[in-house]
Amino acid sequence: MATTANLTAERENYLNREYGVSSWLLTVDHKRIALLYLASITFFFFVGGLFALLIRLELLTPAGDLVMADTYNKLFTMHGQIMVFFFLIPSIPATLGNFLVPMMIGAKDLAFPRINLLSWYLYIIAGTLMMHCVLTGGVDTGWTFYTPFSTAFSNTKVIEAGLAIFINGFSSILTGLNFVVTVHRMRAPGMTWSRLPLFIWSTYATSVIFLLGTPVIAITLLLVVFERAFNLGIFDPNRGGDPLLFQHLFWFYSHPAVYIMILPAMGVVSEIVPCFSRKRVFGYHFIAMSSIAIAVFGFLVWAHHMFVAGISLYSALVFSALSYLVAVPSAVKVFNWTATMYKGSVTFSTPMLYAFGFIGLFTIGGLTGLFLAALGLDVHVHDTYFVIAHFHYIMVGGAVMGFLGGMHFWWPKISGKLYPEAWGRLAAAIVFIGFNLTFFPQFILGYMGMPRRYWQYPPEFQVLNVLSTAGSTILAVGYILPMVYFTWSLRYGKPAGDNPWGASGLEWQTQSPPTTFNFDQTPIVTREAYDYENMPLPEEVSLER
Amino acid sequence: MYWGIWLLLIVMTVVTAFIANVDLGRFNTVVALVIATFKASVVVLFFMHVKYTSEKLTKVVIISAIFFLVILLSLSMADYGTRLMH
Amino acid sequence: MEQQKHAASLGMWLFLATELMFFGGMFCAYLIYRYSYPVEFGVGSRTLNLPLGAANTAVLICSSLTVALAIRAAQMAKRTLMVVLLLLTMVFGLTFLVIKGFEWAEKYEKHHIPGASFQLSAEDMKGVSVDPENMQDFQQRTQTFYSLYFAMTGLHALHMIIGVGLFLYLTYAGWKGQYGPGYYTPLENGGLYWHFVDIVWIYLFPLLYLIDRNLQK
Repeated sequence: MATTANLTAERENYLNREYGVSSWLLTVDHKRIALLYLASITFFFFVGGLFALLIRLELLTPAGDLVMADTYNKLFTMHGQIMVFFFLIPSIPATLGNFLVPMMIGAKDLAFPRINLLSWYLYIIAGTLMMHCVLTGGVDTGWTFYTPFSTAFSNTKVIEAGLAIFINGFSSILTGLNFVVTVHRMRAPGMTWSRLPLFIWSTYATSVIFLLGTPVIAITLLLVVFERAFNLGIFDPNRGGDPLLFQHLFWFYSHPAVYIMILPAMGVVSEIVPCFSRKRVFGYHFIAMSSIAIAVFGFLVWAHHMFVAGISLYSALVFSALSYLVAVPSAVKVFNWTATMYKGSVTFSTPMLYAFGFIGLFTIGGLTGLFLAALGLDVHVHDTYFVIAHFHYIMVGGAVMGFLGGMHFWWPKISGKLYPEAWGRLAAAIVFIGFNLTFFPQFILGYMGMPRRYWQYPPEFQVLNVLSTAGSTILAVGYILPMVYFTWSLRYGKPAGDNPWGASGLEWQTQSPPTTFNFDQTPIVTREAYDYENMPLPEEVSLER
Repeated sequence: MYWGIWLLLIVMTVVTAFIANVDLGRFNTVVALVIATFKASVVVLFFMHVKYTSEKLTKVVIISAIFFLVILLSLSMADYGTRLMH
Repeated sequence: MEQQKHAASLGMWLFLATELMFFGGMFCAYLIYRYSYPVEFGVGSRTLNLPLGAANTAVLICSSLTVALAIRAAQMAKRTLMVVLLLLTMVFGLTFLVIKGFEWAEKYEKHHIPGASFQLSAEDMKGVSVDPENMQDFQQRTQTFYSLYFAMTGLHALHMIIGVGLFLYLTYAGWKGQYGPGYYTPLENGGLYWHFVDIVWIYLFPLLYLIDRNLQK
């Protein structure tokens, strides 16, 4: 990682304290580990994005003419697996979470720094295995690995992919474990639960899901691996195996997994919105409790992915009702963010633009989730592009925008540099436009009946598909821009002060970039989390650059 | 005290093995699970020191894990159990 | 140090919670298949070696006792006793694995391993009447029992092996004098892990070995 050995005498910080490859690969500093993760997930974002681009290229024309059908199956499978397991799930928790959690609570590091490093290595081992799988033929089962295709009929590298995700699961579990213990045991004096930043509440809730959900997908994929390797017959219909058993076990994790992907982004938005409204959060306790509620309720709704798979009508009704319930805490957050902005002094900085984008796009994605929770509608739109649009609105319009917003918000703290604000806003706008152009047509396509995972389609769907592909290229530009200017800023960016945004939070009381142990002395907390009414406006940075 | 717990566990093991030979119909499973749960609770409370720990958080962790496992088992069974009803 | 002890202990309990969910997935599969195929499960269960299974349960209970006593020995600064008890714990653990090995070997000989060579004998089917035209399917479905048997006892055995390895380290460190009244956290946490593996077996035993044992037909 490049550092800036320039101009004036540079204060010692976590980046320049030690140089050399082994000081990075053997570090136990949570901030360096966060950056290790940042580099890794960015790599996987590229790989997953490449698959996305190939999918969209194929779908430019109704005929299957770019790749063969089997290859197309591999493309969407690996796009899903890599994006979900190797990008989205680690993204905010392992980068921003690792970096910020100790700082936000006034601690020197996480509870178990070496386990933190182990988490990253497990992630790398898993990722290497996954890349090997991808490069030697890939998997074509869909990211959902449904049996008996994945256990008995697929000729692709299911065992390797399954093991890669299994190992990755342990990385997640250990990260979650670290966060929970840290938040319980290592808060600074005076940092009561009611004074915790909402990002901590979200990360904590996410960690609970990591701990309780991930083991179930671990055992499920392990059983699939055993089935293929040892011919056990657990999922073999000829031997009494039930495909729905797999789906119950798979979705028991994979539904809470989507809350793993969104809760941290919600936490980021909860940090950005009060700062750029110069106003304390409306309904702090409601937002905090809603994070916990989402984590808990999220475990109660998994079979809404199975409405048409053959579950009983009565259980479908129960899961449908519960799925409506889980939307409530998310709605609470949206209302509270909006109320926070009301009569606030709003600045449209880059992080705030991403936060706005999140709130709007997440709301659309979330509402369409309610469409899907309705049994009658789901019968029509299940396995169509409507579903794809729904979850991309949440995962990309929501989670990725939250991630980008967070990266911009905390970039000055992480790197000690300011990114160029004008480019930031431009990129945010490009992302927003590109995103909507890519995915809004897909709602229509799905409603019109275009199935998902099909490599060719009837000609009447072409126009919308072309729009979608065009949008995806714009979106790609929007993603590449920050990578370029963040890198640029490392060398040429203006040095950031300790608190360029005038934000509340203990992390802003340290220097930028922070020292290895974060605080010179353990801080003592006396104020509530978002005390913006009593805080001065940011002096250093003019946001009108 | 540990020896007493040990004896209790051994006795309950013997009991559960022998009761399996008695025909209680569907209650065989119930009895077996009740005995198993009793044994597990004894191990948790005494061997794992939970009865003597002042840490409420430990108990919260245990209860939460059991709760979510019960969710997995019961909601899955809710599907299978109601399938033949229509 | 106190904070570290607290942290380590909470960490271990959280890890055990994940392990509960990990095994829980298999218990869910068991629940569903047993509900769907009660007779097949009964047949499978009766072919398991009940005396060996019961003996293994007793072995693990003894090992939990020795772990608890070892921790108490550490608290009372009785280093030799502590080391002896830790060694005994490992011996019990290895005994369990050996007995399990015998059981699995028996299953192999009787052609009860799921797959191409799976075969239920007339002896195995004693007490159960199945129409001849359904016999093939019945036998095939019984494989779900054996698949779960091997998956569950196999993963349990793997956890035992890891436990024995863990205790190898703890015994060595204990022998070197690292644990005493002031500090025995690794022992305690290792003990928690060991007791958890015991608890899994406490449930596996009745669920696998004691189904329909009272068949009187």
